[in-house]
Amino acid sequence: MTNSEKNRLKDKAFQVFGIFCTFIGLVVLAIFLIDIVMEGIGRIDWDFLTSLPSRRAARAGILTAWAGTLWILVLSALIAFPLGIAAGIYLEEYAKKTKLSNFLEINIANLAGVPSIIYGLLGLELFVRMMNLGGILLAGALALSLLILPIIIVTTREAIKAVPRTIRDGSFALGASKWQTVWNQVLPASFGGILTGVILALSRAVGEAAPLIVIGALAYVPFVPKTPMDEFTVLPIQIFNWTSRPQEAFLTNAAAAIIILLLITFLLNGIAVYLRHRQQKKIKW
Amino acid sequence: MTKRQSKLEAINLDAYYGDFQALKNINIAMEEKAVTAFIGPSGCGKSTFLRTFNRMNDYIDGFRTEGQILLDGRDIYATDVRVDELRKEVGMVFQKPNPFPKTIFENVVYGLKIQGIKDKKTLQETCEKSLQQAALWNEVKDKLDKSALALSGGQQQRLCIARALAIQPSVILMDEPASALDPISTAKIEELIYELKKDYTIVIVTHNMQQAGRVSDHTAFFYMGELVEYAKTKTMFTSPKDTRTQNYITGRFG
Repeated sequence: MTNSEKNRLKDKAFQVFGIFCTFIGLVVLAIFLIDIVMEGIGRIDWDFLTSLPSRRAARAGILTAWAGTLWILVLSALIAFPLGIAAGIYLEEYAKKTKLSNFLEINIANLAGVPSIIYGLLGLELFVRMMNLGGILLAGALALSLLILPIIIVTTREAIKAVPRTIRDGSFALGASKWQTVWNQVLPASFGGILTGVILALSRAVGEAAPLIVIGALAYVPFVPKTPMDEFTVLPIQIFNWTSRPQEAFLTNAAAAIIILLLITFLLNGIAVYLRHRQQKKIKW
Repeated sequence: MTKRQSKLEAINLDAYYGDFQALKNINIAMEEKAVTAFIGPSGCGKSTFLRTFNRMNDYIDGFRTEGQILLDGRDIYATDVRVDELRKEVGMVFQKPNPFPKTIFENVVYGLKIQGIKDKKTLQETCEKSLQQAALWNEVKDKLDKSALALSGGQQQRLCIARALAIQPSVILMDEPASALDPISTAKIEELIYELKKDYTIVIVTHNMQQAGRVSDHTAFFYMGELVEYAKTKTMFTSPKDTRTQNYITGRFG
């Protein structure tokens, strides 16, 4: 066998191996989805979506769970969105490259890697105990905001960084201040990217159960939360609760709830992909 | 103010990026309503020098100057000078056309809007006047609400010039304004410079010797951070005094 034949063979071998590796992920996801859908799709109907939880599997619904999830989603977004974007703008546009700003940057990156249950414990100590909020929506949303804040800061910075230097120069040269440049040029041009990051961060928050359990969200909430000061549950907690029951019927309920949770996550990711796509089409530097 | 008074002046100017000295003891006086060209090989400091006139280097960490830059006899690095006020007086056009990702109209009136001018009539009048001055009005008058990014490179650069003119500066700095453009667009920019010098003081950095010869009244040759020679363009191109200048303009290096 000549050398070039050997090389071609190696090339081919890697291609096959690469395809195999790519498909492992896909196949696992497919098996998982098929399994869940077969198990749970029959259980999803209007009643399931609009019923309160119940001890009897056949009567139990997820109204309070998905209402809680929506509440958490909106509240976390409202809290983390302005904080994260402001911090990202500060670090990228204003902060001078000093030891302090380096230290801040490294630690924000570190924060993004902290396990979510730690944020739950922090939330428990800070919001539930010290601020005496109790296991309410606001406390849960605050804890999840802390969790997604580093992700939003990092993606905001990335989006801002993608705006070319020349645009800022153009604005400065016309007499604009830093804030005017950020507000009129940098933010509009990077908003799609920032929003994409925020939505992806939220879709992560939607799937979290651990930190909310720690701060004291309940598995059984017989009412729909009306204000941020109400007690609550969310879909992941409901799912966790149902899967730990011995009765087969609750597992079916869990599968059905998982489908709904996945739909919410896919929907959020879909919006993110759409926004990114539109952004790329709109602005070509 | 008579025409022969020097509009811009540098006195014993040194500039540093951290420890690196980019400009060494520059002394130069530039005439009002005339075109001065800065030429020299890459890295000779001509762009750095150009950017000191509207203090665009302020944003670079570690950049500092010593000495003075005078605009109409006033030191623009004095502590009481506001940079935004300075830049209303000293406009700038960059190497690569950099229109904002907004409409043509929004691009032209951006400088006015950030000054807080909201009156529609003023904005529209200024827009038309500036675009006419930049010889772009006839090409874009029917699509002012279209994105500026849809224009050709040459049109974009003239839009950037219109944008700079809209805030009524007296000086326009141009950093290789035609180097990213095709020959026809370049010719249009050069014609424009010729027209504009009736009303504005223009300083242009260029790598193109012919361009310097065509558009400028005076030429300054920079080398390794020093101002080697400064003279009337005709004089410099026909009988340069310094051998370095001669070598550069005859294309022996750079």
